[in-house]
Amino acid sequence: MSDGIIIRAEGITKRYVMGAETVHALRGISLDIRRGQYVSIMGPSGSGKSTFFNIIGGLDKPSDGEVAMDGCRYSALSSSQMAWVRCHKIGYIFQSFNLIPTMTALENVAIARIFAGRAPADARKDAAESLGQVGLGNRLTHLPSELSGGQQQRVAIARAIVNKPAIILADEPTGNLDLHTGEEIIALLGHMKDAMRITVITATHDMKMLSASDVVVWIADGAVKRMANRDEVKIEIGSIDGHVT
Amino acid sequence: MAELAVAERQEIPCQVSVPWNVVFSVSWSSLRRRFFRSLITMLGVILAIAFLTYMMVQDSVVDALLEARIEALNLLLQKSGVDVLAVQGTDTMMILLISLALLTCLVGIVNAMFMSVSERIKEIGTLKCLGAEDSFIVKTYFVESSLQGVLGTTLGILIGLVVSVALCVGSYGGYVFQYFPYGAVLRAIAIALAIGSIISVLASIGPAYWASKKQPVDAMRVEE
Repeated sequence: MSDGIIIRAEGITKRYVMGAETVHALRGISLDIRRGQYVSIMGPSGSGKSTFFNIIGGLDKPSDGEVAMDGCRYSALSSSQMAWVRCHKIGYIFQSFNLIPTMTALENVAIARIFAGRAPADARKDAAESLGQVGLGNRLTHLPSELSGGQQQRVAIARAIVNKPAIILADEPTGNLDLHTGEEIIALLGHMKDAMRITVITATHDMKMLSASDVVVWIADGAVKRMANRDEVKIEIGSIDGHVT
Repeated sequence: MAELAVAERQEIPCQVSVPWNVVFSVSWSSLRRRFFRSLITMLGVILAIAFLTYMMVQDSVVDALLEARIEALNLLLQKSGVDVLAVQGTDTMMILLISLALLTCLVGIVNAMFMSVSERIKEIGTLKCLGAEDSFIVKTYFVESSLQGVLGTTLGILIGLVVSVALCVGSYGGYVFQYFPYGAVLRAIAIALAIGSIISVLASIGPAYWASKKQPVDAMRVEE
């Protein structure tokens, strides 16, 4: 099962009706993502990349098509079951970190554990452990405003992994970070993927992501334009710009 | 296909609901760490309830002093504009004023809470990504707004009480303490507390429900 398919997207379309006009954000995407892979979804803004990303993350509903995780279709789940899936199966990482500003680093991570049904005291213990794993064991009582961007993103990673999810969904995780910090975050995600056997899916513009990825998917005009494994990407790294911009 | 869907449904458990003590501590820390923002929201309640308390306490004290039927005191009462011969009781004008103050307070809290929800759409979306259910969001906003209301009401009562007693002492001197209508003042405080709490709870229902309907995908929007 370790090499099985964790996410299967079949014929995903998304239409937005804006007045008299219908915008086709996604025009039928089918994609399998294997367990334990690091998948980067690339594409220019407006390509439908974010929409697709949100749909496979269970944050948005497709107009047509199905997404299944571990063979379980999102459309068959009640909202409470979907909340359970988001809580236990998926860790989300955002471009702007999205920490709760009124909670300390420890509380930000612990709340995710509380949603998973742990008692507050145990949740804090798990959260401290998780923050230790991302190298923030000495920043537990700091508020997000007292942390640097890179540290905030580490808290977000600790929060994403605290429930030991099957998947981490990272939306432009390096978008608000400088070059060096961005590399650190990518390396940390790669490390979590290997250490905890988590599938990492990122939506990104960031070329630095490519070297860490097992699979790169290019999306343009609401369709998969190209898919490549790590080896192919490395060979072609000089010519990639044409696909992305 | 339909049978398959049922089988899938049963595999995934429902999300557990978060205990009230956690809801309370989340709301409390949100209030505490956004203190000045909360204070501005509370100011509407504080002023309206202070006004209400002031009117009721003032009224009770004046009634008690009239009851005392002391010549010198009646002179003082007349000097500060009390119609000594008139039938006791609050006049319609006052009731109208108080109602207006309370209505403004109600609209104020509703408005402030809606503002506070729109400021935090992203936060709500994030919590939902982490596995929060609608009921958790409703509870936290409801508790936060009610706490604000109760705190604001308590402060308002204190301010109203102090101001009215101080003004009465200024006008009628020591007579106020000699004939202080403890029962009536306690009743006034209880009424103000009840009205303040009811208004705050009523005002928080709409915004809390609205907050809970925000979608997790809202967390993804980058707008700062």
